[in-house]
Amino acid sequence: MLRYTLKRLLVMLITLWIIITLTFVLMVSIPGSPFNSEQSSNETVQANLEKHYNLDKPYVVQYLLYIKSLATFDFGPSISQPNQTVNDLLGRGFPISFELGIVTIIVAVISGIILGILAALRHNGIIDYIAMGIAVLGISIPNFILATLLIQKLAVDWELLPVATWAGPEYMVLPVIALATGPMAIIARLTRSTMLDVLTQDYIKMARAKGLSPWKIIFKHALRNALMPVVTIMGTLLAGILTGTFVIEKIFAIPGMGKYFVESINHRDYPVIMGTTVFYSAFLIIMLFLVDIVYGLLDPRIKVHQKDGE
Amino acid sequence: MNQLKKQPVTATNIPDHWFKQVKQDESQAEAVYRPSLSYWQDAWRHLLKNKLAMLGLVFLILLGFMAIFGPIFSPYEVNQADLPNQYQPPSKKHWFGTDALGRDVFTRTWFGARISLFVGLMAALIDVVIGIVYGGISGYKGGRTDNIMMRIIEILYGIPYLLVVILLLVVLGPSLTTIIIALTVTGWVGMARIVRGQVLQIKNYEFVMASQSYGTKTSRIIRKHLLPNTMGPIIVQMTLTVPSAIFAEAFLSFLGLGIQAPYASWGVMANDSLGAILSGNWWTLFFPAFFISFTMFAFNVLGDGLQDALDPKLRKSR
Repeated sequence: MLRYTLKRLLVMLITLWIIITLTFVLMVSIPGSPFNSEQSSNETVQANLEKHYNLDKPYVVQYLLYIKSLATFDFGPSISQPNQTVNDLLGRGFPISFELGIVTIIVAVISGIILGILAALRHNGIIDYIAMGIAVLGISIPNFILATLLIQKLAVDWELLPVATWAGPEYMVLPVIALATGPMAIIARLTRSTMLDVLTQDYIKMARAKGLSPWKIIFKHALRNALMPVVTIMGTLLAGILTGTFVIEKIFAIPGMGKYFVESINHRDYPVIMGTTVFYSAFLIIMLFLVDIVYGLLDPRIKVHQKDGE
Repeated sequence: MNQLKKQPVTATNIPDHWFKQVKQDESQAEAVYRPSLSYWQDAWRHLLKNKLAMLGLVFLILLGFMAIFGPIFSPYEVNQADLPNQYQPPSKKHWFGTDALGRDVFTRTWFGARISLFVGLMAALIDVVIGIVYGGISGYKGGRTDNIMMRIIEILYGIPYLLVVILLLVVLGPSLTTIIIALTVTGWVGMARIVRGQVLQIKNYEFVMASQSYGTKTSRIIRKHLLPNTMGPIIVQMTLTVPSAIFAEAFLSFLGLGIQAPYASWGVMANDSLGAILSGNWWTLFFPAFFISFTMFAFNVLGDGLQDALDPKLRKSR
């Protein structure tokens, strides 16, 4: 298990390094200086600005400085809002995005698993068709369209829930539904197919034969094994939810990280785009790493494999 | 019948003339009476039985047809603005209504289909080519080559796909080509993994070993034996790549990084009309949104159906 963890850790660090390097190369390869836009006027100002941001130094030095600043969790300045750094934006926006993301994951996992189990237990029954119908719709409808429909129907037409911003639990309902439907659908389909597979296994028949209650069989024996694939795709789902927050936060005017990120793209505020991308990537990669570790802890085969290897 | 009444026939006194000698025709002993079904014919038969997958397939064929010929049925140009007629609801004149600039949504929908399908298909195709080559080499060579190539994939797999796409498009500037490039830069990794897994499994089968012992060239073994046997999972993966590329393009349009005017994909159309729906002009959003969703739906159910049809092992459990 320790070897496995160390190996994953190494892969994680290399991936991070590649992203950081890629970001740097792309930043350098943008034609012109970031200060070439209409705001800057004379050459002295520009030269001073470049000096301030170390842009006059050779690329290698810039690269090392960049890595150094990232290692100390300094994600760089913002150009469109000169008084702010990416760290300020992260400090303000990230907690909100994180809250949205966590609630979304919890909702998606719980509802997805319940739908999947129901569908598997009533295989080819009405409940199965309804659950899979919801799942197919959830996969097919892009979240920004779902968000718009939800606002139109629930908030504007029926006035049940607030339209936008982030001021309390009731403001969370629509964005979370819009964001969680896709992952929920994927989890539901996956849970259903693995549950169907598991339920035909001999040890389930055995459990039935020895007279265990159906609930105990489902939760103690079947679900545990059926959940392994769900853990496997958690990383992908996290990435999807994270990128989903860009869109959802923009639509619902939630002052989270995603909204700042989209604004920085629209303003072509390169340092913020780069800084945020590195931050997001690091966050995701660390999450993937944690998912891998959890998977390693859950999956006995990895432990067995390690024993054989040593 | 008369004879039967006179003398009841029992098992012991069956008259000889009732018997007829049938000569066994040795030459036909091995003949196959039913036409033999190839793997693909068999898969096709199974797919035909899957109603949902057929619905998807028919929809996609119709969509492809309309993407090519649809604009012919319309008297309007794609970007023909007609400001006095903005936000016309669907009518005989404008089947799908008009948008904020008075452009005909019907015409734009089919042009959008061209762009969206093109992006999706190209992304999938490039993924397949890179994935087959990379995964094929990695799986076939095995050993150390495989080890190194798989480590590279492992690292690339950890890179968040859409973030890199956004980053690339910010730097390269959004256009049809750069979007496709950005979508395939890390998109091929999944395909390569699948191909490698398949090749790894199939290369140990006897027919490959037989071929190797004849001294067949590696390239021929890969082309003639390994690839045809990996086609099933590759096709399934392709049908799932296309909708995810279409979705990614729509997502990028939403961030302002999608296809730029004068072209318009469904994503661009939907994004342009997100505000319009609140003022009640539902059709500007409805048609692109419907076609994005239904296309994703169609590809997904077709992919599921193909997976069932192409993998004989899966069939038994259903």
